[in-house]
Amino acid sequence: MIAELGLAALWIAAALAVLQLIGGALAQRDPGGELAKLVRPAAIVQGLLAAFAFLMLLYLFAVTDLSVKLVATNSHSAKPMVFKLAGAWGNHEGSMLLWVTVMSMAGALIALVERRLPERTILATLAAQAFVGIGFYAFILLSSNPFERLPQPALEGNGLNPLLQDIGLAFHPPTLYFGYVGLSVAFSFAVGALLTRQVNPDFARVMRPWVLGAWIFLTLGITAGSYWAYYELGWGGWWFWDPVENASLMPWLAATALLHSVSVLAARDALRAWTIMLGVVAFSMSMLGTFLVRSGILTSVHAFAVDPERGTFILVLLALYIGGALLLFALRAGTVAEGERFSVTSREGALVFNNVMLSAILGIVLLGTLYPLLTEAFDVRVSVGPPYFNPVGAIFAIPMLMVMAIGPLMRWRNDRFDRIKLPVWIVFAIMAAVFLLVLVLGSYGWLPILGLAASIGLAVGSFLPLRGRNLLRVPTATWGMVIAHFGIAVALFGMASESAFSEEHLAAVDVGESTKVGPWTIVLDDVAPVAGPNWTAIEGRLSAQYDGGTAIELRPQSRNFWAPPQETTESELATRWNGQLYAVIGNQSGDGRWQLRLWWKPFVTFIWYGGVLVALGGLLALIGRLRTDLKRRFAKARSIERRSSGEAE
Amino acid sequence: MNRLSFWIPLAIFVAFVGLAAYQLTQPKDDFVASTMIGKSIPDFDLRPAVEERPGLSIANLKDGKPKLLNIWASWCVPCISEAPYLEALRRQGAEIVSVAIRDRPADVERFLGNYGNPYSRIGADDLSEVQFGIGSSGVPETFVVNGNGVITYQHIGDIRAEHVPILLQKLAEARQ
Repeated sequence: MIAELGLAALWIAAALAVLQLIGGALAQRDPGGELAKLVRPAAIVQGLLAAFAFLMLLYLFAVTDLSVKLVATNSHSAKPMVFKLAGAWGNHEGSMLLWVTVMSMAGALIALVERRLPERTILATLAAQAFVGIGFYAFILLSSNPFERLPQPALEGNGLNPLLQDIGLAFHPPTLYFGYVGLSVAFSFAVGALLTRQVNPDFARVMRPWVLGAWIFLTLGITAGSYWAYYELGWGGWWFWDPVENASLMPWLAATALLHSVSVLAARDALRAWTIMLGVVAFSMSMLGTFLVRSGILTSVHAFAVDPERGTFILVLLALYIGGALLLFALRAGTVAEGERFSVTSREGALVFNNVMLSAILGIVLLGTLYPLLTEAFDVRVSVGPPYFNPVGAIFAIPMLMVMAIGPLMRWRNDRFDRIKLPVWIVFAIMAAVFLLVLVLGSYGWLPILGLAASIGLAVGSFLPLRGRNLLRVPTATWGMVIAHFGIAVALFGMASESAFSEEHLAAVDVGESTKVGPWTIVLDDVAPVAGPNWTAIEGRLSAQYDGGTAIELRPQSRNFWAPPQETTESELATRWNGQLYAVIGNQSGDGRWQLRLWWKPFVTFIWYGGVLVALGGLLALIGRLRTDLKRRFAKARSIERRSSGEAE
Repeated sequence: MNRLSFWIPLAIFVAFVGLAAYQLTQPKDDFVASTMIGKSIPDFDLRPAVEERPGLSIANLKDGKPKLLNIWASWCVPCISEAPYLEALRRQGAEIVSVAIRDRPADVERFLGNYGNPYSRIGADDLSEVQFGIGSSGVPETFVVNGNGVITYQHIGDIRAEHVPILLQKLAEARQ
């Protein structure tokens, strides 16, 4: 019954999306018509119904209703509750439902509160949002019904991939989905603005919180995903340039560019066509990522249930949405009046440079990700990895980081280089000093050295916009920028130092023996079997001493899950302020010794601290912008009130 | 920006959709062909995997006689199903040498006891060095190696009845 309720709600929501599309489209001719009045309510009810359907699915997973196919294939009655719930979206059908739920709730929110743009533009936006939504509803209802029943209830569920039975991962995909959905809203706004030719600062202000929100979630999602890959896969790396990772990085790059160009549009009424273009591209990248991951068209370490038929479906959706939007862009962009002009040495100039560099990096990642697909068409199998991405990306990343350190110091519209000469020289002198210092101290690769230099310079540069200002009166949004830029510097420092200073040691040791990696001395005290709720494991008990200090106990495991059978390695980390010791236990070799894989990674944690700082900066910027918007709204309401009361007297 | 440049994104996108649509219609081929076909096998020297048979080194593949080089492991299920056909190949005059991947002597012995031993030599490749060196990505795979240590043919997956004559013919070609 519960499953049928969910399914019914989903069908009605889909029907309302159709109404929303038709109503919004007809309203373009007749904004005051009867149908036009239905669009906002339709969007709101649609959001509520989709949320209801998703709650029903959560309930089915919570009670492990094994008569539902999705529950039977993806859950298990012995699983901890939090993973039962996470199982609801840890699969294709459930994740699509989550996507459509979040998207329709975003549509509902727009319908409920957004009154700043002309009604025609909002209705066009809601129509675009419904158009995207209908595709997902059709996908779910026609080919991936999460509520499908089994003819006979299963006796026991099929479990969840033990690799995915991890609290970080349970919340990693939804975080990315929130980001993708935020970008779908930005996309709908871009389409709405193009259709009604209303590309102006108001449009940018309305779109910006959605872009910021999406960007925060994407930042957190990528940070969490990278940390997950780091400690769960047990390979010691934190980024593998795997297609699935790239699929989440590309929307982030596009969203970052969009975030900056939308700020230019809001503040200066420039970069109109470019902002619209980025709005379309950012969402394209989300869809493209989903397509690459779900269609199995590229081989990846992330094992998803892949299905060519689903791939075809997503490709068709992709062609409709993105092809349609780009066609609209090609036809309409020329008729969008050109925005304000600005000189090269200005804040706009720096932001345009940042946009071009970000787009170039995006292009490089996109090309590298799709290249195997291209060559396979000619029967050549290649795999594109770090040797391509790292140096080629750096060609554009390093100049971008340098401009990033000084761009925020510039004034809008027109500025002279002389005015900011001093801070610029300070930043570059710091970069050069760090570069030379690391060069002299040891033989490291060029990229890590450049990265270290750029990160220190940027760390200093990111705080320069606060120089000579009353810190209490600096707007929240400016704090957001400062912290986000500083976060990038921190993350970059972690990446560069991990790649320059990491030490790896593969040892075979007997119980009682010790081994060394970097400043650490590690003793294998004991190896013992342990058992968890749905697994058994061999656990190594290590005591690790940093530079002769107090010993820390580490317990890496080699785990065997029994539902379903699968072996995973559980790495153990000893975190210090200046880095992490990473320990993995392997098999017992023929002579009874245990294989230990140990890494000492100085400052590696900075990568994720940086990511969190970037997201925090985004959050501050979002709060600052929303507060300004609210103030503006109240001021407007008050002035209207005053005027009407003045007229009454 | 002139008007024409507004069409560039659409053009790129159409190219991508075309490519992706083409790839989706192609059957997914999970086998990775060796890039080493036609090339000399790099030097290696493997210790014996079991006591009853000698190990394998590059010298054994350069003794002038073409051979089949079978890559297998005791933990590999398809290797069990191909065992009778390897035996058939041996009876029809093929000399088969092999490399056991990431295996323990006791397991190898048990496997050979259960399913027969068609091999004249078995090298133990504990780190898949030789396997990767000759461009093999999985087990089982079977290579035809001519008398000079050059790979002339690769068979991916287990050997079935219909593959026996093909392998014999490739072996005969390698003799010329």
